[in-house]
Amino acid sequence: MIDFMKFKSTYFFISSVLVLTALASIFVWGLKPAIDFTGGALIEVSISDENVSSDDLSQYATNIESVDVSSVQKIQDTNNYVLRTNTIDENKKAEILSEFKNNYSNVVEVRFETVGPTLGRELLIKTGVAIFLASILILFYVARQFKDRIYGVSAILAMFHDTLILIGAFAIFGHFYEVEVDTLFVTAVLTTLSFSVHDTIVVFDRVRESLHDRPNLNPYDVINKAVTETLSRSINNSMTIIFMLTALSLLGGVTIRWFSVALLIGTVIGTYSSTFTAAPLLLILMRRRRQNS
Amino acid sequence: MISNFFKKPKNVLMIVLFISVFAGMIDLPKTPINIDYKLPEFLGGKNIKYSNIIGGYNIYAFNGRVQRNLEIKKGLDIAGGVSVLMEADMSQVSATDKATALDSLKNVIERRVNLLGISEATVQTSRFGENYRIIVELAGVFDTGKALDTIGQVAQLEFRIEDPENPSTDINFLPQFIPTDLNGADLLRATIGFNQGDTVSNNEPQIELQFNSEGTKKFKEITEANLNKRVAIYLDDNILIAPVVQSAILDGKAVISGQFTLEDAKLLVTQLNAGALPVPVKILEQRTVGPTLGQESVQKSIYAGGVGLLLVMAFMILYYGRLGILASIALIIYGLITLALYKIIPVVLTLPGLAGFILSIGMAVDANILIFERIKEELRAGRPVGIALENGFGRSWDSIRDANLATIMTAFILFNPFDWPFLPTSGPVRGFALTLALGIFISLFTGVIITRNLIRVFYKKVKVKNI
Repeated sequence: MIDFMKFKSTYFFISSVLVLTALASIFVWGLKPAIDFTGGALIEVSISDENVSSDDLSQYATNIESVDVSSVQKIQDTNNYVLRTNTIDENKKAEILSEFKNNYSNVVEVRFETVGPTLGRELLIKTGVAIFLASILILFYVARQFKDRIYGVSAILAMFHDTLILIGAFAIFGHFYEVEVDTLFVTAVLTTLSFSVHDTIVVFDRVRESLHDRPNLNPYDVINKAVTETLSRSINNSMTIIFMLTALSLLGGVTIRWFSVALLIGTVIGTYSSTFTAAPLLLILMRRRRQNS
Repeated sequence: MISNFFKKPKNVLMIVLFISVFAGMIDLPKTPINIDYKLPEFLGGKNIKYSNIIGGYNIYAFNGRVQRNLEIKKGLDIAGGVSVLMEADMSQVSATDKATALDSLKNVIERRVNLLGISEATVQTSRFGENYRIIVELAGVFDTGKALDTIGQVAQLEFRIEDPENPSTDINFLPQFIPTDLNGADLLRATIGFNQGDTVSNNEPQIELQFNSEGTKKFKEITEANLNKRVAIYLDDNILIAPVVQSAILDGKAVISGQFTLEDAKLLVTQLNAGALPVPVKILEQRTVGPTLGQESVQKSIYAGGVGLLLVMAFMILYYGRLGILASIALIIYGLITLALYKIIPVVLTLPGLAGFILSIGMAVDANILIFERIKEELRAGRPVGIALENGFGRSWDSIRDANLATIMTAFILFNPFDWPFLPTSGPVRGFALTLALGIFISLFTGVIITRNLIRVFYKKVKVKNI
């Protein structure tokens, strides 16, 4: 048996640094919401013409009445450009495209998305409800499963820890790589919630099993034993998921690249936290309870 | 009897083998086989010729009552096409009629989509508070401008009258028509009726029009002013029919009779009904995906999935040795069954859905890893191999079930199966939730039942130390 809990202040230190960095990034840079949430339009065009520049594209589009271009971005290794504008309709889009076609050869529309501003707000509310509902469901589930509040509390705290770090990572990506937060990101966050408790439950199951057999054992030893017994399983299982997600992030299509990255970060943090955040938290709560009684 | 049958691992494996082969056949895309091979001289030098097409099978069951081709259904983000969310302007509709208005709006839009000849289209309604919406998805449609104009226009249907400046001189030619303010929005419905009047034309099909109150007023004025002249009905600038007004219509109920065949009458009624949206609509959200973007992403994702799968199998075999080989076999069976289920259900595959499938391959070995780690522990505790194997499976089950339930709950919220209006619904996200949840259920089967019986049959005689 390895004495994992000896270093629990180190784990808490690492977690605090990660969480504080995440919080700071969220407050300083914020998240870059996609048009799903803000409303607006996105046009992706492929232009295989040597003389294209993002500035010119922006200028051509802005020349059209009631079109405001907020950014033009070239997608790496392709001839594709992504224009972000205010909410426009099909006709305005056609005007922009014909303006491009007048100036360049080989203009092909790849993707066009436009979302009304009211819809964005609505999705924001619904997303909030979904995250709230998922947390509540998981909370009740863990509480019912372990019939003991401190297990639930530790699992949920670890879950929030994971979620915060994932969101913080995307605040950083948003700032440095212009990565936007869209519906798929929310999906990744919700999936992370469940993966996070997935691993934690396996560790806690072991703790409960040991205490069930011999309730007077020292919590320190019980948790150390549980962590030792489950660590290789936790790491191995995450490894297989990490293989798949890394392959998908590096080799998969552009459309789901950041979705895969979000899931990857969630999985890594979720694995770390079940052993190094949830288990030490459980230990502290168990000790406190013994002192009080 | 039956329980005894399933207690024999070999029997279970036979069933598993049967299921796998069956799933493999369903998975197989249409592949032509052409064998033209000359045997070497010492084998007789005969020519072997064989040519056939395998795969791409269809479902044909219950004497043809269930028929479907087994192709993977592609979502809009893969196939390309356009998806539109439209909001109905219900401000002029009384509260009790809003639900009906939404339904008839859906019907009209469906008919228009059919008129456009779009085969893969879905039209759905959705309500969020006081917002009434229609979601239209048109796969494979890239001329979005034309499609959206056709679908979203309130009044494509127009009533026109003879142009007094250009009176017709020849009764064999239709006169020039000029537009009126009567249009499809004023028409409540068109139905087929049968003439009950004189004996000559008895029981001939005729078309009955019912206008709303506004339309009744307008139609009354038009018919009064154009007695014995033609009133033409236009759909999209094409003339449908130009009957002669025989009397002024005061009650908004017009009858068009003539030598209609039943087929003609039906077509006309469809066109007339499709011509009128009961309420105006406004586009809130539109997403168009070109034909190439999705295909490229699919190819890349499948490649990535293949690389990941090999890594996972290599890892399992390196770490768990022969147990890992058995887990890899179970994993391949998992892939075969999952793909077959996608085709049978059918699951509409989106890009996030594909990501969910690829992710689920990584998760599918989770049960195996849990079990194998338990087996190792049991062996370390000094138990004999047979008991260690069975205990490993038995004791892991609770953890496996508990751990996966949380993911199932999240998938439930993401999929939103009951269309709860307070939760987000998005096709791609649903695709992800569905493949993830399916993945968990199937991997419980392959990871626990298949691996367990594979081990019982193939792992009996192995030395303890090697595990």
